[in-house]
Amino acid sequence: MLGIALLVFREVLEAALIVTIVAAATRGVAGRARFIGGGIGLGVVGAIIVALFAGAIADAVGGSGQELFNACVLLAAVLMIGWHVIWMSSHGRELTQQMQSVGQSVKAGSSSLAMLLAVVALAVLREGSEIVLFLYGMAAGGAGKADLFLGIPVGIAGGVAVGFALYFGLLRIPLRYFFSATNWMLILLAAGLASTAARFLIQANWLPAWDNQLWNTSALLDNGSVVGKAMHILVGYDARPAGMQIAFWLVTAIVLVSGMRWMTRGHIVPRSTQPAAT
Amino acid sequence: MLRLLTLCVLLVFGATALAADMPEFALTIRNQMFEPAQLTVPANTKFKLLVKNADSTPSEFESTDMNREKIVLPNSTINVYIGPLDKGSYKFFDDFHQDTGKGVLIAE
Repeated sequence: MLGIALLVFREVLEAALIVTIVAAATRGVAGRARFIGGGIGLGVVGAIIVALFAGAIADAVGGSGQELFNACVLLAAVLMIGWHVIWMSSHGRELTQQMQSVGQSVKAGSSSLAMLLAVVALAVLREGSEIVLFLYGMAAGGAGKADLFLGIPVGIAGGVAVGFALYFGLLRIPLRYFFSATNWMLILLAAGLASTAARFLIQANWLPAWDNQLWNTSALLDNGSVVGKAMHILVGYDARPAGMQIAFWLVTAIVLVSGMRWMTRGHIVPRSTQPAAT
Repeated sequence: MLRLLTLCVLLVFGATALAADMPEFALTIRNQMFEPAQLTVPANTKFKLLVKNADSTPSEFESTDMNREKIVLPNSTINVYIGPLDKGSYKFFDDFHQDTGKGVLIAE
């Protein structure tokens, strides 16, 4: 039971952290519950489909299909987060003002919301497909029904609980700083996902490592621990990163921060000359 | 999305040339255990590790020490590229069967 609960917990936690950041970043947006719920639902369906086609994915591209699939999913999420971050930096202030003045939901650009729905779906899909394969193996390997029926809900509940804890922690950030805080979290999240994508491409020998292990901080915080795993998702922490991973991390962070700065500066000039972001 | 596709396509064509002659090593997962549980590989050399799953259940070859993870479906073989590694020992495990699936790679 414990083994099943632990694995489910770790995978759910990874997806839940991403969903939480997205939920916080879309605070006050009308219809976001539907979007996030829809994203999770799509992700679950996608996870089952991916697990069903795991064999075909694994055999694709000379046996590197798995790495490639993961890298593409991760990079797609990076692009979508990037789009939202840059969009938010030109609209975030209006959002905050509207929330402060009327204290109710505001309309957000639907294209930006759709991007975040896709991010939620992709996160659930990636972690979920692993859970599906693992549980299939457990069931096929003769794990007891009681173990499965207890382990799965306990694992899911644990992961979701950590997500909610983070969410309510984030809500304590004063509204004035709230959206710049969630925007920074999204930037760190995207940079980390890009670094993980690089790791998969190195593993498949599609990218050079640029030094296989640039440093080693596993004595300080190991990626096998729950905290290490959470930090891996939240900021892209890797105890033994390859040089290429750092390059991906930095490029993503620099592009998003400069995009954000550029759009924010555009915000001060008269509305008519403001670049269209949606 | 288009940019992403372009990137992926470029990567396919760019990477095929890289996988030239590289030493290969093999592991087998049987009864949810690694055979051999200890594998010696050359240090400072990039190599290809083949992991065969002889069981009828899926496994996941994973190593936080080497920063690698890949699902190994029943009765199939995966390859992962590893290294070049510094001298030392690097633990790996079967993420789906952590109680039994443990092993270590010795780079020397």
